[in-house]
Amino acid sequence: MAATTLPPPGGPAPGPSVDLSGDPRRHRRERTMGAIFFLSAFLSLVISALILISLFSNGTEFFTDVDWGNVFGASSWNPRQDQFGITTILAGSLIVTGIAMLVAAPLGLGAAVYLSEYARPNIRTALKPIIEVLAGIPSVVLGVFALNWIAPEVVGRIFGREHSAGSMMAAGIGVGILTIPLVASVSEDAMRAVPDSLRQASAGIGARKMSTTLRVVLPAAVSGIVAAMILAISRAIGETMVVFIAGGAADSATYTTNPLDGSLTMTAAMASLAVGTENVRGSGLAVPSLYFVGVVLFFFTFLLNLIADRFVRRVRQVY
Amino acid sequence: MALTSIGASGEAAVQAQVEAALRGRRTEVRGRVFEVGLLVALLVSLLILGVLLSRIVIDGWPVYTDRGWRFLDGSLSGNADRAGISQGIVGSFWIAICVIVVAFPLGVGAAIYLEEYAPRNRLTSFIELNIRNLAGVPSVVYGLLGLAIFVNAFGGFAGASGVDRRTLVAAGITLAVLVLPIVIITSSEAIRSVPQSLREGAYGVGATRWEVIRSEVLPYAAPGILTGALLSIARAVGEAAPLIVVGAVTGFFSRGGGLNVGNVVDPSHLTDRFVALPSIVTTFAKQPDEAFRVENASATIMAMLVFVLLVNSIAIVLRNRFEKKRSQ
Repeated sequence: MAATTLPPPGGPAPGPSVDLSGDPRRHRRERTMGAIFFLSAFLSLVISALILISLFSNGTEFFTDVDWGNVFGASSWNPRQDQFGITTILAGSLIVTGIAMLVAAPLGLGAAVYLSEYARPNIRTALKPIIEVLAGIPSVVLGVFALNWIAPEVVGRIFGREHSAGSMMAAGIGVGILTIPLVASVSEDAMRAVPDSLRQASAGIGARKMSTTLRVVLPAAVSGIVAAMILAISRAIGETMVVFIAGGAADSATYTTNPLDGSLTMTAAMASLAVGTENVRGSGLAVPSLYFVGVVLFFFTFLLNLIADRFVRRVRQVY
Repeated sequence: MALTSIGASGEAAVQAQVEAALRGRRTEVRGRVFEVGLLVALLVSLLILGVLLSRIVIDGWPVYTDRGWRFLDGSLSGNADRAGISQGIVGSFWIAICVIVVAFPLGVGAAIYLEEYAPRNRLTSFIELNIRNLAGVPSVVYGLLGLAIFVNAFGGFAGASGVDRRTLVAAGITLAVLVLPIVIITSSEAIRSVPQSLREGAYGVGATRWEVIRSEVLPYAAPGILTGALLSIARAVGEAAPLIVVGAVTGFFSRGGGLNVGNVVDPSHLTDRFVALPSIVTTFAKQPDEAFRVENASATIMAMLVFVLLVNSIAIVLRNRFEKKRSQ
């Protein structure tokens, strides 16, 4: 007791008045860094807002001024001639995406099942990076490949020489190749997240490898696989350069449902409008129509991504 | 004795029968077919990659044997035998710089906030959902963002007007915004993998939150962050659609596109009009002339792919090496 009443030699008096909060500069730095990090995270919301603002503020003119009978009735997309037949480019997007999925779904899923269930670990570690390299190939490269090789050598050989120039078929196959790695990696992740105990239980009651794969692993991973497919569809709808280069149409297209014809997708229509914006103004609505297609495209992919996100999170919750 | 021998042989026969029934057919045909089918799917995917790369090299190689460096340091031209891609190299170089300068600090900062600071509330989960959504927005839509905001509203950051607003820096920032979600997502994953014990150790000796991040979290997460950074550079350098929408010079390059090269690293390029390697590929591929559409386009792709695949491979090797090291 006596010790506490003694003044400590050469120090401030002890008691409630002692300051333990430390260097105020350290506190200030702490607050500054926290604010900087918060602002950079908040910026992502600003970017989303700016995307919506730029789409709508420039597209409004189209929404208010266009003749909607033309938009849904016209049989061609040629904005510089005031033809805004949106069904043409919607059909184009649908066909190209459909062909792409016919290519990417079986190849990507098959590769994923093999890598996850059948491949020995050393083969898997050797092949997986190669699939990842395929994922890193820029889409213009697939566009040139689709135009110069797939169109003459694949589409031309199968469907006849008159189809060896660009077409929706060639572009769709190109887009499909581009989405194989996406399908493969997302569905492989989903299958590897299935606990081994399920496989062992299945083998324990005498199921063969194929039965285990088809009746146990795939059903358990189904939400991840669905997510992979939806993401691939979203990616295929949003893919621009392959269709712009190999789709077989310049800057206008007539409504067609034949995949061997050349046509435009929503994205390719945007790219071809943008290429000409500086030289050919066309009618006053040509440029706003660029943003209008952007709005339609944005909401398609937004919806698909949201659904895929739900499915992916369901996988995480289960395991 | 005869009885027991009969019994023994009968027992053996029954045992063999039971064993055969348990074992099933030796070769399980359907299972083999299934496995082979899966293997074919994998091999076809790899084969396509092989055909793609060999096709590009076969088509593009003659350009390099004929012209050598003149293709890389020559100017754009309407003459297929003289066309070079130096302006595209300048554009792609500065786009990569913009991504490094703009997207990395912001992306890593956002990831640090989301993993280390953010409270578990509605705003945080909304920001996270929003970032995942931004990662899925088509690149051509980012081009519209760049055109409306960076070019039209900000005058291409150069105070210019008309087509002169379509500057390299506007395109570079558009691509930085495009890859920002990728940087955030990969950095978040890297930061999440830092063991909690490291943070607790640092807090235990009195470090503040920022000191913990700087001295423990970031060094441990650095390889993962770097991997994401490299992948996003490769992505940005290969992306063409936003460049075209923002306003890369396209069309027929009759007068060299009106672009000067001078010194590659001269920052004054940033406020000029621009082309980049992927936009040149697009223009070449749209020409009817086969010398452009096949040979020059493939040669330009080779120059671009060497960079993109190199950066990607470094990223993949880096990630695999650290994964292995950590799991030991």
